[in-house]
Amino acid sequence: MTTLRHAAAIARKDLRSEFRTKESINSTLSFSVVILLLFSFAFDPSPDMIVEFGGGLLWMVFAFAGALIVNRSFARELPNDCIDVLVSSPASGASLFLGKAVAAFVLLFGIECICLPVFGIFYNITWWRSLGGLMGVLALGTWALACAGTFFSALTMNLRLRELMLPMLLYPMLIPALLSAMMLTNTLLTGQPIPSDFTVWLRILIGFNIMFTTLSLYLAETILVR
Amino acid sequence: MRTKLILALGAVAGPLLLRNLYVIMFGVPDEMEQGPIYRIFYYHLPAFLTAAACYFGALVASVLYLAKKDQKYDAFAVSATETGLAFAAVNLITGMIWGRIIWGIWWAWDPRLTWALICWLVYFGYLMLRTAIDDPTERAKNSAVLSVFASASVAVTWKAIEWWRTQHPGPVLSIRTGGVQKIDPMMENMIYMNTLALLLLAAIFVLVRLRQEEVQREIDGLRRYAHAMN
Amino acid sequence: MSAPAVAAAGVWKYFGDYPALCDVRFDLDAGECLALLGRNGAGKTTLLRILGGLSGASKGEVRIDGGEVRASGTRARIGWLGHSIGLYDELTARENLRTFGALYGVPPATVTDWLERVSLAHVADSPVREYSRGMRQRLAVARAFLHGPRLLLLDEPFTSLDDKAIALLQSLLAAARTEGATIILSTHQLREAMELASKVALLDRGKLVHFGERTSEMVGDPGYLYRTYGSAA
Repeated sequence: MTTLRHAAAIARKDLRSEFRTKESINSTLSFSVVILLLFSFAFDPSPDMIVEFGGGLLWMVFAFAGALIVNRSFARELPNDCIDVLVSSPASGASLFLGKAVAAFVLLFGIECICLPVFGIFYNITWWRSLGGLMGVLALGTWALACAGTFFSALTMNLRLRELMLPMLLYPMLIPALLSAMMLTNTLLTGQPIPSDFTVWLRILIGFNIMFTTLSLYLAETILVR
Repeated sequence: MRTKLILALGAVAGPLLLRNLYVIMFGVPDEMEQGPIYRIFYYHLPAFLTAAACYFGALVASVLYLAKKDQKYDAFAVSATETGLAFAAVNLITGMIWGRIIWGIWWAWDPRLTWALICWLVYFGYLMLRTAIDDPTERAKNSAVLSVFASASVAVTWKAIEWWRTQHPGPVLSIRTGGVQKIDPMMENMIYMNTLALLLLAAIFVLVRLRQEEVQREIDGLRRYAHAMN
Repeated sequence: MSAPAVAAAGVWKYFGDYPALCDVRFDLDAGECLALLGRNGAGKTTLLRILGGLSGASKGEVRIDGGEVRASGTRARIGWLGHSIGLYDELTARENLRTFGALYGVPPATVTDWLERVSLAHVADSPVREYSRGMRQRLAVARAFLHGPRLLLLDEPFTSLDDKAIALLQSLLAAARTEGATIILSTHQLREAMELASKVALLDRGKLVHFGERTSEMVGDPGYLYRTYGSAA
């Protein structure tokens, strides 16, 4: 209970900071739109093609956006050594991690919700045919990005070349989650019901989330207390 | 003591590797469909098994480090990971050569090949992380945590990739097929022999690398002393 | 007999093979003010970080009022003021204090009180970025005292502060001591430290070479301590 209250305070603080400076929101949003634009130049896809690899395209964009968002997550605590004050406060490492992961999730999910209509307009696709399922997959995949990303942001906080190191560590480990999310999104974009053998992707995605969330909560304290 | 162990392991591994090479080249028969190229398999699979053993050893050492905070486990973890990467590279390269001959392409997005590549990237990230942290204690702790995450991710990836696509030759060892003999017992035996040889080789690499790590740590410590004196 | 306010029992800290702290042990009773002295790199900050739970000891143990440092209840008793101010530039003074207040369970009314005490109430709703150096420092002091800590850990508090902030800090520290709070501060500013301190500790290359009462020689002659106990002054 205390953990959740502390996490909520951290998440509120992070979101307030971000909305005040709009550092990562603006850069991430424009970056995502540019990638969507470049992709259509590069492949000039027909509507049939887009249905086939729309999920892949979207999750590539989200993965890039996610790396930009989580890069700021713990880095935000570095000026003025705020991280020291947070770690010395009664909030546990797990609650600090959880608060920051939730803030990253909210930001990324918001950006994704803006990207989807842009994607629909650029590629002339009716993406909302199974809106509920799509939002569910979006939420699961985004949590995988936010959770693993925030944890690795803590892990690389004090490193040289932090901005390069984070995506290099993050992407290979995210492959199962991204792959599952792409597969599910592809199917959902067609508006067809999910075939029964596709539930395995859902299981992998959920399993990945459970595993990474548990490990992160368990190991956050070890990483933050130096 | 350790030098003697390294030499003793070398004395066993060296002749065994030579003997295996001789038997692989001249002792075992050609495979029916694939011809002589299948012999690369005697290095391909044992290299994979050795790499897997190294990765597993690194995971155990990392967990032990987190529990005990003793630098020797960190030294073992990095030694095992590096050795594992070397054998995983052998596994990947022999697999590609085989694929070129049999499938006609260097790289197929075959699930196990893809998985091996992802593994390689994940553990390479581990080594990169290490180079970026100066304080040895901090480095040991952060990389041990990363190693735990790496193992978890690699395990899920295995499942995901399996579902993604499959065209790799199925398991052949009788322990994986439930006792059904899919290959000549002589061939299977040869695989075990060469796995043993490569494992011994890996043990030597790990021990040598371990000694490097320890010397490096001593140098680091002395350097810090020297700075503190000024 | 109750547990000492701070008990360090054989604390070691290694960076690799290099011991930054060697077997530091001392007990400090409630209401004392300990000045932690030593040259750069002697381990003052490392020791303070371990006492504050920011960093773990490699060997040995620290207990605050008999409790584990990393236990949440213990950390609620600690106030931390490091080299930097530990505040968010983009947030206002009020938002900063409320955020930290939420972590300590401090009600918003207390935040308003503190803003008045450090005379920042009139600018409480402007972002900290717009503050002058002295205002930021006063806010940092308020942040450290916000939750009424029983143990104050101050890392070089006087080096970065301006005169007004030093006066404020000194009066707050004196008030905290009369209420029975314990203070540990590391410093180069021997004169200010000696006026406040009741106990003095000297660290030399990670070893605690002196721990004892502040004597009158120390106040008049700051170099005395280094000459008497330091290995290479």
